[in-house]
Amino acid sequence: MRNQQATQLVFELSRVGRRGTRLPDCDVPSDEPIESLIPADQLATEPPPLPEVTEADVVRHFTNLSTLNMSVDTHFYPLGSCTMKYNPKRNERLAGLAGLAQIHPLQPDETIQGVLEILYAVQEMLAEISGLPAVSLQPAAGAHGELTALLVAAAYFRERGEKRSVVLIPDSAHGTNPASAQMAGFRAVSIKSTAKGFVDMADLDAKLDEQTAVLMITNPNTLGCYEQQIEDIARRVHKKGGLVYLDGANMNAILGIARPGDFGADMMHFNPHKTFSGPHGGGGPGAGPICVAAPLCDYLPCPALVRDGDDEQARYRLNYDRPHSIGRVRSFFGNVGVLLRTYFYIRSYGADGLRRVSEDAVLNANYLLSKVRHFLPVPQGDRCMHEFVASAEPLKKQKGLKQPAMDLGKRLLDFGFHAPTVYFPLTVHDAMMIEPTETESRETLDAFAEALFRVIEEPAETLSDAPLTTHISRPDEVQAARKPVVRWTPD
Amino acid sequence: MSYLFNTDDDRKAMLQAIGAESIEELFRSIPAETQLSRPLNLPAAMGELELQQHVQALASQNQNVVDYCCFLGGGAYDHFVPAVVDEIASRGEFYTSYTPYQPEVAQGNLQAMFEYQTMICQLTGLDVSNASLYDGGSAAVEAVLMAISVTRRSKVVTCDTVHPHYRQILATYLQSLDAELVVLPATDGVVSLEQLQACVDDTTACVLIQSPNFLGSLEDVAAIAELVHQHKGLLVTVFDPIGTGILARPGDQGADIAVAEGQTLGTPLLFGGPYLGIMACREGLVRRLPGRIAGQTVDRKGRRCWVLTLQTREQHIRREKATSNICTNQGLFALRATIFLSTLGPQGLADTARLCLRKAHYAARRLTDGDRFSLAFEAPTFKEFVVRDRENRVGELLQTALEQKIFAGIPLGTWYPDLADCFLVAVTEKRTRDEIDRWANCLQTGTAAPLPAKNGSTTVSNPPASQHA
Repeated sequence: MRNQQATQLVFELSRVGRRGTRLPDCDVPSDEPIESLIPADQLATEPPPLPEVTEADVVRHFTNLSTLNMSVDTHFYPLGSCTMKYNPKRNERLAGLAGLAQIHPLQPDETIQGVLEILYAVQEMLAEISGLPAVSLQPAAGAHGELTALLVAAAYFRERGEKRSVVLIPDSAHGTNPASAQMAGFRAVSIKSTAKGFVDMADLDAKLDEQTAVLMITNPNTLGCYEQQIEDIARRVHKKGGLVYLDGANMNAILGIARPGDFGADMMHFNPHKTFSGPHGGGGPGAGPICVAAPLCDYLPCPALVRDGDDEQARYRLNYDRPHSIGRVRSFFGNVGVLLRTYFYIRSYGADGLRRVSEDAVLNANYLLSKVRHFLPVPQGDRCMHEFVASAEPLKKQKGLKQPAMDLGKRLLDFGFHAPTVYFPLTVHDAMMIEPTETESRETLDAFAEALFRVIEEPAETLSDAPLTTHISRPDEVQAARKPVVRWTPD
Repeated sequence: MSYLFNTDDDRKAMLQAIGAESIEELFRSIPAETQLSRPLNLPAAMGELELQQHVQALASQNQNVVDYCCFLGGGAYDHFVPAVVDEIASRGEFYTSYTPYQPEVAQGNLQAMFEYQTMICQLTGLDVSNASLYDGGSAAVEAVLMAISVTRRSKVVTCDTVHPHYRQILATYLQSLDAELVVLPATDGVVSLEQLQACVDDTTACVLIQSPNFLGSLEDVAAIAELVHQHKGLLVTVFDPIGTGILARPGDQGADIAVAEGQTLGTPLLFGGPYLGIMACREGLVRRLPGRIAGQTVDRKGRRCWVLTLQTREQHIRREKATSNICTNQGLFALRATIFLSTLGPQGLADTARLCLRKAHYAARRLTDGDRFSLAFEAPTFKEFVVRDRENRVGELLQTALEQKIFAGIPLGTWYPDLADCFLVAVTEKRTRDEIDRWANCLQTGTAAPLPAKNGSTTVSNPPASQHA
């Protein structure tokens, strides 16, 4: 059944003279030699050596490649912290309407009132969901939102004449947090976590001082636990004059239930590609809109999207007159396509629906946890929010496996399930981070738990050889890094 | 709600299995006083049909480039997108998958990334490409940060012929870092070599230029490269991927890092995003390159396959010591570019570039054959150029054209006060001679011939949804 040509590279399918499309003949005068328009030394001697294939080649090649992927449309994908929920088809169709997809970003404001109205509504929705009043839709991804908010914080302190150089980050945080802090000119200082992934308050107190600009925190945290001391933590940070940044990666657990602005955050980003179902696209695009408290509003990126006049008479425009703004962080207005899907998603659910999303996400995770904890330890205990972290560490001793979490994940692929996130967070040994999301059935969760249980019982050799039924077996990653081959070259 | 599964019976049974009394109990770890005691204040839920009607009404308030004739560029261009791009990119196996953390079940994405990287090397004439960044602007900025890190120098020199947005983003990023940004003014629409010579020194990390530049003119990239290299700095060039069909490639002209906005490669205008940040560099710089990279290797049976590689550069391993905070790439848009370039091939890319060149030059000549308009600069141009209105009534002029359903150009006064009497015009392979003539007539006389049927028609204004964007 498998098409063996599928894994040939498109370059290997190339034959001189084949073409995938034909452009029209030139309908304007073209008798002048090109060299009279462009100096000879600025011209290429020949076009780039792209592959020469037919349209049918392209279709068969890429269609076959697509079948080598697991995806949300085809498989359960419990990749913790990534919120791999169902991506509604209506959102794809609507985002493709000519009135939304075929508009140029530098058209005059009066020709783009419809899209500006949608984006303005997204700002208002995110402000309501976060409890933080001022929004910028510009950042192109979660990490970009982090960086933008940290630049906002830097500008805020600069204007107040305060020199603060440190960003505090719990050691269970995503790696983008310290990397963003570094890029914003701060020094990242790590805070210890307790076994349940909560902030170690003694360590916080030891490191918190007048040098602290921002504490970045993920709540619910990366173990899927609600940080019960969050308000106390925020109070302590505020007392020292610092700001609290919430990494919104796990907002899927608390929509309509708790709001970051109410539990002490001054700034946050959303990941609409997680929480609001923007498709993950094989690695992107995402978006990283940020929400901030009122005192930080003036520092948000430029331009701001504003509304003049009331409902029926409302006009929307992009405001560039923002003297305190940190400036621009992305060309044009951000990843609008992802934000449109956010709008469609929130309009589809409404307030009750969004709350139900989080209830079911948490219910599904707890249900799966109640099964998994019978055969793998879950250090955080018997309850979780939208995800939980099991530890495969016992299999090291029991079976002599070196990387049991990875082995279990690989073997799950054979059973038709995508692997959980493994070896993150770093604070749990042999972590398997499992996030089912709300768009899965009880039957799917049962089947996954059953598969995981069976896999754990399998002999060590089977696990370390897995996967056995996928298109390839385990790739040699060491060779790939030692002698990097990162492009095709002709023989 | 149609995306949720759990029935009331499911909920009961699941709660029982968990050993919880109620859903509320599952949220007990959130202090009661923190919990929101009211429903979110959001508009009421809509079913699919209702939502469709609502969104169509909003979408119809925007004037789009299907119904209007588009001469706008400035970093986003109305190029032709073959149907295969939408058809393939809208396959769920591509767009509902994620980062290939499990290479055994992501060979489709990984191989497409590897093919993308190869094609970007072919377009740039450079050795290594990453698997993409957010957009052209962030790619330009990441390239500058990379140059600062490689050279351990802190001075960055650029010119106001680089896209204003890119320069603004650069200024934003550099404000919190210990770096000096020098922006040279253009001379006759291009970088002045004399000024550059006076400014670039042994503390210069890199020079950032764009060619064709924001004003449409070709810069003397080779001469600039030589100058920068004399001081052991790096040259970062923003290029036009479509232009490489006929123009010399940035790598062949001496660029060390080449970056571009990849929207032109198979992505519609999308009101500015998501787009595609292209970035390639010389071999020696690979370990400083930000973003994901796919590499070739073998599996346990010796079969050729692909994985994410050189990950020790990245934030999830190196945290604050990473080359960048970037986590995602624009996988779906890199895929679109790969399908687009495969479909065009060398001949299709060359034909497209030639059509842009010919039509842009025809348009420039056609508009400037009267007294009112002239070309602002003499430097050679590719598909974009600056027109000066001797009557200095640019706003009024563009408004008149708009009433004739023509997006006639971008006013430049906002970014270049000296060019307040000028506007920027882009002409792609999609513009027909008829459209160009109408545009020129409209600007020259204030009126245009009646719209030809194909432009006025709305039957094509709802293309298949697969415009995944």
